[in-house]
Amino acid sequence: MNIDYIFYLLTALTIICATMVVVSKHPIRSVLFLVATFFCISAHYILLNAQFLALVNIVVYAGAIMVLFLFVIMFLNLNKEVERNKSILYWLGAIVSAGCIFLMLVSSVGKVALTNGNIEKENYTLGLVENIGMSLYTDYLFPMEICSVLFLVAMIGVVLLSRKENKFTTNTVSNV
Amino acid sequence: MYKPDIIQYISLNHYLILGAALFAIGLIGVMVRKNIIIVFMCIELMLNAVNLILAATSTFYSDSGGQVMVFFTMAVAAAEVSVGLAIIVMMYKNIHSLNIDLFNRLKG
Repeated sequence: MNIDYIFYLLTALTIICATMVVVSKHPIRSVLFLVATFFCISAHYILLNAQFLALVNIVVYAGAIMVLFLFVIMFLNLNKEVERNKSILYWLGAIVSAGCIFLMLVSSVGKVALTNGNIEKENYTLGLVENIGMSLYTDYLFPMEICSVLFLVAMIGVVLLSRKENKFTTNTVSNV
Repeated sequence: MYKPDIIQYISLNHYLILGAALFAIGLIGVMVRKNIIIVFMCIELMLNAVNLILAATSTFYSDSGGQVMVFFTMAVAAAEVSVGLAIIVMMYKNIHSLNIDLFNRLKG
């Protein structure tokens, strides 16, 4: 089996799963199809020899973010009347406008005349963990530190957002 | 040195077109769906489309900057999802609905 067949098979699977994310009615089904899409994208990363990204994609996206989504969906009981006023006109307008953006992107890809790889410095091991870590801790050290500050800010924000509302007001009232 | 076979058989344009298709599908979801959690998931799908394009370009041009950029995008997406879902839960406690049309009370 040649490798381009694997690519086309994975691409078809990715597109089908992504379409099912948008189309499916129930949010839990949508989450599961999104997990399948992330696994397909990880397979694409492995085909591209970006093994670190494939692992991180599975661990962070399919492992952490999707579990968070599932937790929130099961935490809030779903009411069915959310999608009540969905007519065919919405779908038609959205498909036409998104198709226009897709055609614009594809035509810009055709114009750019990309070469197939950089011939002078061929380095196909840069997706491995060792090389990514080396470039992450030397060239991109400052953005890495900013990332940790971002996580701290996000954590403080989530804790602040999910506090009890009445306790917050009584605290502020008593402080004032 | 191991050279990935994908470079010989598949051109970069295939990956760019796949990324554009995924982005368009996510955009359809953002525009059509009313459930705010599904809208949020479609935003994640669009982020992943851009990530795939960045990783493919990085491999085809032998430059590690694209893959580091994908790593930072994943970090920002994780932070964004945690804060966004906290906001959704708090809004659900206030208005008891997930309809995105009712979320315009968030202004101010």
